[in-house]
Parts: sequence; C-alpha cells; structure tokens
Amino acid sequence: MFNLQIGPKKQDINYNETYDFIALGLGPAALNAGLYAVRKGLKTLVVGKDFGGQLKNTSEVDNYLGFSLVDASFLIAKFKEHIDALEVPLLTDVLITKLEKVDDLFYISLDNGHILKSKTLLYAFGGNPRKLNVPGENLLSGRGISYCVTCDGPFYKDKDIVVAGGGNSALDAALDLSRIAKSVTIIQRSVLRADKKSIDAFNALPHGKVLLQTEILEFIGEDKLSGVKIRDKETGKESIYKADAAFIEIGNIPNTTLIKDLALLNEAGEVYVNEKQETNTKGLYAAGDITINSHRQIIIAAGDGAKAALEAANYLNKK
Amino acid sequence: MQKFFNKEVAGQIKEILTQMKNEITIKLFIDGACDTCLETKRLLEETAELSDKIKLVVHETKVDTEEAKKYDITLTPSFVFLDDKGVYKGVKFSGFPGGHEINSFITAIIEMSGNHPEYPQELLDRVAKITKPVDIKVFVTLSCPHCPGAVETAHRLAMLNPNIKGVMIEAQTFNEMSNKYKVSGVPKIVINDKHELLGNQPIEEFLNKIELL
Repeated sequence: MFNLQIGPKKQDINYNETYDFIALGLGPAALNAGLYAVRKGLKTLVVGKDFGGQLKNTSEVDNYLGFSLVDASFLIAKFKEHIDALEVPLLTDVLITKLEKVDDLFYISLDNGHILKSKTLLYAFGGNPRKLNVPGENLLSGRGISYCVTCDGPFYKDKDIVVAGGGNSALDAALDLSRIAKSVTIIQRSVLRADKKSIDAFNALPHGKVLLQTEILEFIGEDKLSGVKIRDKETGKESIYKADAAFIEIGNIPNTTLIKDLALLNEAGEVYVNEKQETNTKGLYAAGDITINSHRQIIIAAGDGAKAALEAANYLNKK
Repeated sequence: MQKFFNKEVAGQIKEILTQMKNEITIKLFIDGACDTCLETKRLLEETAELSDKIKLVVHETKVDTEEAKKYDITLTPSFVFLDDKGVYKGVKFSGFPGGHEINSFITAIIEMSGNHPEYPQELLDRVAKITKPVDIKVFVTLSCPHCPGAVETAHRLAMLNPNIKGVMIEAQTFNEMSNKYKVSGVPKIVINDKHELLGNQPIEEFLNKIELL
C-alpha cells in the first residue's frame, strides 16, 4: 500500500572529499557496486536522481534469485534496506550535468552547483524507453500512448489495449494489463523473444491476442488514441487496429550522453567494456544496460556493478 | 481498526521525520465520508502521531466554509501545509497520498519544516523573478513511481515563491477533473491551464513553461 523510498537520514555530503569510487546511477548496477566498494573499504558515494533506476518501470520480477514473483517496488525496498544497513553513502535527487577527467581525477558536476571528485568512476545510468518513431507517436504520447504500465495502466480499465514489443518487458506489461483490460493485443514486428513461461501465460488468456510479423506504421487519433495502423509483413496488407491505449515496450536507449567524450560507444550508443567492466579510459567503468552485449537483466546489472567495484579496488591498490 | 502503517513502516517514517526542523500544521478538508476522505484523515492522523512537530487540523468543508475558501478548496479530500509561522505557501494535496505518493507527502512535511534541498543560486534567481500567479497541477496515480518527483518539484517551487502554488491531484479519485484535463498519462503537469508537461521533468523544464506565461 505504501512504496516508501525515502532514506532514514539525509546523507551529509562532503564536497571537498576526493572519493575512491563514485557510482553514477541508482539502479541495481550502481547500488550493488556501492555495496561492494564500501565493503572493500573504499571511500564511496552513489549518486543519482531516483532510487531504483529502471526497476521503477517494472511491475513484477520473477527472475531475481531468492525472490520468486515479487513486486518490483518490493525488490527496490529490499535494495534500499540492504544499502542502508551497510551504510552505503547515497546522494539522491541530483542530476549530473558534466563529467570530466583531469589528470588522474574524475570531476562530476551536479545540478545543485557542486562538483564531486573521485579517483575511479562507474557509469551505470541505464536507459530511457525507446520510441517507435512513427507518425502520431509524439502527438498522442500521454493521450493513449504510454511508456509506463505501472503509471498509466489504471486509466485503461475495460479498454482495448495494444502492447508494442515482443521481449520480456512487453510480455510482462501485457500480462499486467490483462488484469484490468477488456482485451490486450501484442503487436510485434518479428517473433516473441520473451521467456516461455510468460508467453504461455499470455497465450492462455481468453482476451489476449498476438500479432506477429506485424509492423506499427502510425498511431491514429486526434485528441486521443483511437487505433494503430498496422502492416502484415507477410501479406503487405495494411489495416487499422482499434485501440484505446498503446504501451510501447521495445527496449531502451542507453543513457550515455554524459560519457560519450570519455568512453568509446558503439553505433547504438552502448559503452564498450572489457571483461573487467573497464572502458577505454583508465579508472572509468560501466555496468548494466548501457554496456555492449548487456542482457538487460536486473541480476546481470547487479553482477556487473559488483565486478566493476572489485576491479576499481584492484586498480586503486596497484596505483 | 487496523492501522495503515504497520509497526515497521511507522518506525521508518518516524525515523525519517526526525529530519524535521520546525513545527508545521496540516489542514485537512473533508466532506463527510466522501470518497477517500476518511482514509486520508486516518492516514494523516497516523502520520501526525509519529512526530510532535506535526499539528493536524481537520475541517469539514460544509461547516468551515470560510476556511475552505481561504485555501481555495474545491476538491475533497484536500490538505494544505502551513509553516511554523502559520503561513500557507501553496503546497496542497488533493486525494489520498498512498502508494508512491507517500514519498511526496513525507517530503513535503520535511521540506515545509525548513529542511529543504540546496539549490544553485542561478535557479533561485530564476524562481525569484516570477511575479505572475502560477498554478501548477500535477496529476498522478498512486502506482506511478515517477509521479512523486514531479509533485515534489511543484511543491518546491511553491515554497520558493509566494506567487506559485502546487497541487498534487490523484487522478482516479478526481476522475471528472482528470477527464477535463484529458489525463491519460502521468505525471501530467498543467500550468495555469495553459501549458502542459508530461513525466517527471526537471525543475528547469517547469521554469521554461512558467516563463512563457
């Protein structure tokens, strides 16, 4: 009933301090990195805007070891409890405006006017929801088109809903929405890539439908969404599919703008890291969904974060 | 009757409320047993029990009409915050502050008590220059994890400038109002019924819209 996410005490941040390790982000990668770094005895700070990262966009989690089918907010609360218990220093509710490396130190400019200094840095800013980039999407965003099931699902009780995408997040969204919707249709341009368990659960629904090899060409509606224009890729036939709402679940765009001058990125904007989570800049690590070949899983992000912190500790020891 | 806050949550909130600096008053306006009025009253009572710095006053809008008018109460339940000097700075909630909104509710208590975040001078200067009356409505759902951030921003602006008022509106309880403002995605921010923002936007984006007024 209550998703309390405020810490027990505001951390007093010493902005004159030179930290050993700063983790940027407040999702599983940065939080676990902070936890490992503190246990290693590094002078640590975890910095970001909202606690939980992309986990906040998820409704349920069924694949994090030790927690079978839990509400994502429960998992976030458990992370918070653990972070607080180990007294991992957090600086929340700030935006990072600039990252620089001068000599051997990283300088992190914040929107509160302060600048943090650190010997090593982990960048784990996850991603933002990817758009389909088709006509009508921007106009009808917030008017039937949504990127957050937990936020906007409640508006569509007994309505016809489409979900764009075919991965785990799309299937999870569709299953979540199926509890309140009149109908839920998954529209996917290729095949379903989600876990079999979720696909089976969706296929068992009487009011669930899947359109594969189907492209969304346009969102239709003036003041609010009324339908989606689709094309069957096999027959080439175009039609209008009635929908009161469309939830876009086609993955994320890596949030790597701030790191682009410090680390090498691929064409998709993901950060190149080696097996130690190292970027091409000494002392700079990346973890979680922003890295290449990430499977975009909570447990993998958390593991990447742990690895980065341990590698940062090794790096500092060798200096 | 079972309490809203179990022992664990009550303990956590009590600990968080130790960050309060000065006393505050919360004035709750209800209309008998209107939808979520009694739940909101219970929740506020339980919260007030967790800190001796919170004073709760409950008003029936039909009885205390002058008081309701003074704080421009058009929806029930609604509650407003007054600082230790009894000054209303435009921080208001309409609807039950449960789910994720517990965060914006507790944050409003702490910040109204005088424990507010640090702001860069440049931002303070921009906010200080606002001389026109500004009304910020933030529509939310209680299941929206991004909504408290937008509510907190609206409330912070209200606390920084007497010309600005910020209200959280729980979209499902106030369905009619949500329909009027065509809310189907949250957080939806409506400024002076003229400009709109969608999502938990940074304070600068709020200011960009306010400066267009």
